[in-house]
Amino acid sequence: MKTFLFCVLVMLVILIGAYLYRVLRGPTIFDRVLGLNGISTKAIILLIVIGVYFERVDMFIDISTGYALLNLVGALAVAKYLEQKGLP
Amino acid sequence: MIFSFEIPLLLLLLATAAGAIMVKDLMSSILLLGTYGFTLALIWAWLGAVDVAFVEAVVGAGLATVLFLLTLFRTAPKDTRLRRPPPSLTTLIVFPLLGVLLLYAAEDLPEFGDPNSPASAHISPIYLKQSYQDSHTPNVVTSVLMDYRSLDTMIETVVIFSAGIACALLLRRET
Repeated sequence: MKTFLFCVLVMLVILIGAYLYRVLRGPTIFDRVLGLNGISTKAIILLIVIGVYFERVDMFIDISTGYALLNLVGALAVAKYLEQKGLP
Repeated sequence: MIFSFEIPLLLLLLATAAGAIMVKDLMSSILLLGTYGFTLALIWAWLGAVDVAFVEAVVGAGLATVLFLLTLFRTAPKDTRLRRPPPSLTTLIVFPLLGVLLLYAAEDLPEFGDPNSPASAHISPIYLKQSYQDSHTPNVVTSVLMDYRSLDTMIETVVIFSAGIACALLLRRET
């Protein structure tokens, strides 16, 4: 079971790398915002899997909830910024 | 386990940090810094420092992005392109040397999770045993921060409070 969870962790990190490529290269700002959102969802899942791996899920669920809430705030801030300032 | 999970996380961290510096657009730089905070929080969580990971996720990834965006709101929108000179020869020589020096100093640190290191042999058991009798706080981290190091935390709070007042004064709307 530990090995399986470890493989899941590594696969998730590889997926984060794929999103990171889009964030780094993204020609427009929306590519970067979407990439960041994808990275944060992967990070939430990754945290939960780390919690299962360490058998302390209850603590890690708190962190991932905080992550998810603040990710929403960050996305809203970016949207507000783009709405007021226009596209760069 | 030969393959350790920190290595891909650290590679991600390096990639985001380098990208935040190299990217020309300030907005993209802010987004990349958010990614950096996420990755750093993942590393803390993997190393078992759950409280630090929580703070990093909330402050580093969430709040810092919003604060940087507020700064972009207030600064001129025209000059968001960075134009910086290439690093000088001294920088290119001195900073790698400094990095090598720090790595050399890190050689002497105890192994990660070593039960015989001074911190886990002398300090941690005392905190774990006595913190509840001393402070009646169930969470050990909270009792260390708020009771044993309360003066330190108080001065930190003063610093953060005055910084917050300064930010509020700078960010208020002109009437």
